[in-house]
Amino acid sequence: MEKRSVFNSWWLPILFALPQILLILLFFYWPAIAVMKWAFTLEPPFGGAAEFVGLTNFKEVFADPFYWKSVAVSLIFALCGTFFTILVGLVLAIAVDRQLPGSGLFRFLYILPYAIAGPAAGMAFRFILSPERGLMASVNAAFPDFWNPAKYGTHALVLVIVIFAWKWAGYTFIFLLAGLQSVPRSLAEAAAMDGAGPIRRAVDIQVPLLAPTLFFLLVIMMTEGFVGSDTFGIVHSTTGGGPNHGTEVMVFRIVDEAFKGLNYSGASAQSIVLIGLIMIFTFIQFRFIEKRVHYK
Amino acid sequence: MNKVSKMADIDIRAVRKSYGKTQTLHGVDLCFASGEFVVILGPSGCGKSTLLRMIAGLEEITAGEIAINRRVVNRLEPRERGCAMVFQNYALYPHMTVAQNIGYALKVASVPKVERERRIKETAKVVGLCEYLTRKPAALSGGQRQRVAMARAIIREPKVFLFDEPLSNLDAKLRVTMRAEIRKLHQRLSATSIFVTHDQVEAMTLADKLVVMNKGHVEQVGQPLDIYHRPASVFVASFIGSPAMNLFDTRVEVDTASVRIGAAQVPIDPALAARLRGRDLTIGIRPEQCVVLPDGGRVPAKIDFIEELGSGRVVHAEMGDQTFAAVIGEHVNVRAGDRIGLELPSSQLHFFDRDSGRRIDMEINSSVPQQVAGASTLAIAH
Repeated sequence: MEKRSVFNSWWLPILFALPQILLILLFFYWPAIAVMKWAFTLEPPFGGAAEFVGLTNFKEVFADPFYWKSVAVSLIFALCGTFFTILVGLVLAIAVDRQLPGSGLFRFLYILPYAIAGPAAGMAFRFILSPERGLMASVNAAFPDFWNPAKYGTHALVLVIVIFAWKWAGYTFIFLLAGLQSVPRSLAEAAAMDGAGPIRRAVDIQVPLLAPTLFFLLVIMMTEGFVGSDTFGIVHSTTGGGPNHGTEVMVFRIVDEAFKGLNYSGASAQSIVLIGLIMIFTFIQFRFIEKRVHYK
Repeated sequence: MNKVSKMADIDIRAVRKSYGKTQTLHGVDLCFASGEFVVILGPSGCGKSTLLRMIAGLEEITAGEIAINRRVVNRLEPRERGCAMVFQNYALYPHMTVAQNIGYALKVASVPKVERERRIKETAKVVGLCEYLTRKPAALSGGQRQRVAMARAIIREPKVFLFDEPLSNLDAKLRVTMRAEIRKLHQRLSATSIFVTHDQVEAMTLADKLVVMNKGHVEQVGQPLDIYHRPASVFVASFIGSPAMNLFDTRVEVDTASVRIGAAQVPIDPALAARLRGRDLTIGIRPEQCVVLPDGGRVPAKIDFIEELGSGRVVHAEMGDQTFAAVIGEHVNVRAGDRIGLELPSSQLHFFDRDSGRRIDMEINSSVPQQVAGASTLAIAH
């Protein structure tokens, strides 16, 4: 019989959990409740108690065309970012999984970007892909304005997506490599005996068996793309939301509005909409995509 | 699709395999004829699976050559070699249905869908899987999965079938059934088959040609019965046959023309004794060939315990410091603790050199053909 240790008093276990409970209350529930409150109230400009205004904040937010633009930018950023992050991670993982000479070194190298803070990566890429001096400068010399994220919103959006994918591909790579290594080697061997080459094996055997991992990464990366700290950090350090709101993702706009525009109420309303969006997306993913996932 | 085009002979020449500095195959030379059913038998770690995987193309060949149908395949991809393989754990694609599993090779080969489905049905019929075509492997029993694995190999009409311990995951009864089915299948398809196993019963029952391997070396190649009756080394002698052959370290006494086993002396042919003078020997005798006499005999022994087999009994006895096994019929009335006598017919003795472990009468046969065994039988008869 297994011996179980039981607490005799009620307060001792609470005491052990207290630091964690405090942290959660302080940094999660309190801000969340404050956001809820602010979203439905308005601070008077010269002090005094906050005034309840119902849905006015939301109406104002929805009436703002720049807000809708930020929703579109966020959607593009999250979808493209997720797609390329997983695609790059998958290709790298399949390559490393073949265990050719030197794959240990490459495994290390591919994980490395994940250890770099998003804003730092953003800063570095500002130089690497700078239109005047970076890798694209020679292309620009031949085709002027072929690449100019300071001038064109789409270029800027491509830039931040590239940075996001560069950094997070290391993360998906770890998971996908672990997933690949749990696929029995004999399956790939059987497929090889059946006449399938490496790419065919990857598409027909390995990727379908990675479905649970891919689904997990889809949910995580979509959420990361919408609200991840790197999303804000990369945009902030690279483009500052510009040019002309071209890279103004929702989180960036919220921070900008709250701490530069000092419009707490509007920012809170946007936060709540963002939370709602993520919930809807996650629901869709679980409802429609998870059904196609084959768990062993 | 005539039969001949589907068959292939296989030549393995001085094949070696090493992983870094450790060598696992030390120069294997083998030659299999078209349509032969070859069983490679050996304990785990002897390199038998590695050899099979090298033929399949799943493992690189460190040195030497493998040729299928006189074409050296060392540098060819698995798909270019015309082999099909049945894996130990079946390696079925878990996300595909049985039909998709069976038809995958055809799909890769871009066989049109109509023909693919026809051939899947045909093959499923051969292995008796028609009702299960829409199921996923997870919903199948072990025996059914085994059949899917076989169907997947058959459908390609390969020149060479490779089996990597395919029956070791099945229960004992199913193993016997599947063994028979594999044999029947071979008679029907007559493709060259190589079957790797560590189970000597499988090996004996299936093989046209048996290859016994140990520690990366081929110990003996031959027909199963030949190997059983004339094991080429101590290893083969102890590995084949159940219960295992009794083996004793001893020397020949030339004066009495006998060998000492335990406390007793067993006479052997004087000519043989003269030849074996002064050599360290290992002598073997199969438990089936020992005669147990309840009322004492040439070699006194005491019964340790008895194993019931149903069809007979295995007596485990001690004589001096040696232990000994003998198979007796059910009518012989002995019990544990009884003192018995053993008759060890010297015609049934196997002689091995103790240092090299190799069989000795093979060398002698060249000068004293066949006579040795016959003569000693006569000598012991009275």
